[in-house]
Amino acid sequence: MPVDVHLPTVLRSQAGGARTVSVEGATIGQVLHTLVETYPGLAGQVLTDEGTLHRFVNVYLNDDDVRYLNSLDTPVGESDEISILPAVAGGAD
Amino acid sequence: MAIYRSVLDLIGNTPMVDVSALSPNPDVRIAVKLEGQNPGGSIKDRIALSIIEAAEKDGLLEPGAELIEPSSGNTGIGMALVARLKGYHLRVVLPANVSPERRQLLDVWGAEIIESPGSEGSNGAVRLARTLAAEHPEWVFLYQYANPANPRAHYEGTGPEILRDCPDVTHFVAGLGTSGTLLGVGRYLKEHNPDVQVWAVEPPTGEMVDGLRNLDDGYIPPIFEEQGGAELLDRKTIVKPRQSIEWTRRLAEVGIFAGISTGAAMAGAAKCAETIERGSIVVISPDGGWKYLSTGAWTDDLDVVEARARATIYF
Repeated sequence: MPVDVHLPTVLRSQAGGARTVSVEGATIGQVLHTLVETYPGLAGQVLTDEGTLHRFVNVYLNDDDVRYLNSLDTPVGESDEISILPAVAGGAD
Repeated sequence: MAIYRSVLDLIGNTPMVDVSALSPNPDVRIAVKLEGQNPGGSIKDRIALSIIEAAEKDGLLEPGAELIEPSSGNTGIGMALVARLKGYHLRVVLPANVSPERRQLLDVWGAEIIESPGSEGSNGAVRLARTLAAEHPEWVFLYQYANPANPRAHYEGTGPEILRDCPDVTHFVAGLGTSGTLLGVGRYLKEHNPDVQVWAVEPPTGEMVDGLRNLDDGYIPPIFEEQGGAELLDRKTIVKPRQSIEWTRRLAEVGIFAGISTGAAMAGAAKCAETIERGSIVVISPDGGWKYLSTGAWTDDLDVVEARARATIYF
C-alpha cells in the first residue's frame, strides 16, 4: 500500500518538482529506500551511504520525529503521512 | 516579600499553575510553569544572565564590552536587559519578519538590531551572526546555541524549581529551540527519576526554510549534540500553527495569557496526556502574550491568524 511522502522545497527538484510523492513500503526504512531508488537524485540527501538517516534530515511519521519512535524500523500504515524536513535552528530563541 | 536590590534578582523562581481543566485525560494532571513572569518577559532571561555571568567569570567581558547574538527575539531581549544593567553594548541579529513588539523591546534596553533575511528564519540569523563575529574579533560572541551556560541555567534553576514544586512529575514538555531548556531540565529530572519522560515540541519549518539552498545548510545546535540530546529526548513532535493558536486561546479561557509557543507546548502536553494512562505533566510557558498582540492571535479569525503565522516568526 503506497503512502504519501511530503518533500521539502530543497529536495523537490530531485523529484521532478513534486511536493508529494506516493511510495510503497511497510516501514520508514523501506519507504525511504524505495524513494531514493525511484529518484536517484535524492540518494545521499536523505540516506547516507551506510543506509542511515542523513544528519540534517528529520523524518516525521504524521507529527512525530521517527528518530524517537523506532527510527527506520518504524512501521507505516496506509493512512499515515510521512514528511521529510531539513534540520533548522528555531524555537523561542 | 523583600525589596530586591536589582531587577536581575527577579530572574527565575517562576510560579506553576494547574491547568488540568484543559487535560484530555482526567487521570493526567497538567501544570504550566509561567516563565513570562521573568522581568524581561521570558524564560530567556535565565540564560541571558547565565551566559553573561559565565563570560564575566571567564574574564571575557571588559567594562563596556560589545556583544553580538543571533536571536528571533527572547534571548535578545533578555540579553539587552542584562547588558543594559551591566553596562555592555549588545547587537542582536534578528530575522526581518519577527513581530514588531520584539524590535521595540530591544530598543527599550538599547540593543542595536541587525536584520537577517526573513526567508532564512533563525538559521539565517545564526549564519549572519557567525560571519559578523568572525569579521569583528573585538565583539564577544556568546552564542546561545553552543554555550554550556545555556542548559546549565536550566539544570541549576528551572529543573530544581520544577522538582521542588511538582515532586511527582512524570513527563516534561517544552519547545525545542536551542534545546537548552530540554537538555538542562531533562537531565536534572532524569537524574532524580530515570522514568521521567522528556517530550520536545517544535513548530513546522514550512516556508521558513525556503531560503535553504541545500540540506548541508541544515543546523543542529552544538549543545544538543555535545550533551547527548538525541539520547535524552523520548519523543519529538511537530505542532502546527493552527493547533498552537487554538491552544493559546484555550489557555486564555483558564486565565493564562501566554505566547503562541506556549500554545504549541500545551498541544504537545495534550497529546502526551492522551497517550498515557495517568501521570503529572509539567509544561513550559516560555513567555506571556504581550509580544503577540499585533498578530491578532486572540481576536482575529482563526484562518486569518493562521495565514499570517506562515509569514511571521511567532516562536
